[in-house]
Amino acid sequence: MSLTVGQELPVREFHFTRDSLVRYAGASGDFNAIHYRDDVAQAVGLPGVLAHGMLTMGAAVQSVVDFLGDSGKVLDYQVRFTKPVLVDAAKGATLVVNASVVEIDEAAKVARIDLSASCDGVVVLGKAQVRVSIQ
Amino acid sequence: MVNPAIEGKIYPRTSSYLVGREKIREFAKAVFSKDPANLDLEAAKSLGYKDLIAPPTFAVVIQERSLTQVISDKEAALDFSRVVHGDQRFIHVRPIVAGDELTSELKVASVKQLAGNSMVSFETQIFDTNQDLVCTAISTLVVRGEA
Repeated sequence: MSLTVGQELPVREFHFTRDSLVRYAGASGDFNAIHYRDDVAQAVGLPGVLAHGMLTMGAAVQSVVDFLGDSGKVLDYQVRFTKPVLVDAAKGATLVVNASVVEIDEAAKVARIDLSASCDGVVVLGKAQVRVSIQ
Repeated sequence: MVNPAIEGKIYPRTSSYLVGREKIREFAKAVFSKDPANLDLEAAKSLGYKDLIAPPTFAVVIQERSLTQVISDKEAALDFSRVVHGDQRFIHVRPIVAGDELTSELKVASVKQLAGNSMVSFETQIFDTNQDLVCTAISTLVVRGEA
């Protein structure tokens, strides 16, 4: 796998529906009702059902995983949850992920790839950094 | 308001969690993974793994078991209904592999009060049965103050 600083990985889109949120709730064990019930979301002052931050985080890194072809190469992955991802019951929400190589440490055989993840043009993750093995 | 006195507190090691192959597949599909190493045993083995490996964020499932201890700790006074996830990080020593039996130990790294909200950072270390560190999960929760 040869990476170069400044290299852009293929842009990826992930379409979240309410079904995606229920599936993630079951898979992760996070059954907070704000992720599947509008009434509960609104009762705590949210505009509607939100995607789990961890679903957004988990999907966004797949852009890097697909490129590397091995999720075991992801050594360190961090994000800040800056904006909620509202998932409309009918239309869902589309997460667009750009990834670019910002740093390569040849001695340590580690590259840093930064992600930019947005929904409807609004950036939803901050400081989204992936450190990958380039062994 | 989260009790600032829990800063530095270390919660007891959790009971072990056996990572199942089908759980990995279920989680992988839920995060839109198409990585054969998460889904196809032969593909995982051809990459040198002894079984399916978990997606990079699967460690959240283990972290959650430790966080549950904090949420049920009366001393912490952490109202889960007011929690927003602030940030998350996973530092892997190695990938999580199906068949792993994992335990975790959570330390409250910091408790800060900011503009009426509490920000609590946790560091959860995840170990295998050899007591080798597999992953460190770092998480900050923002607990919104009463309006």
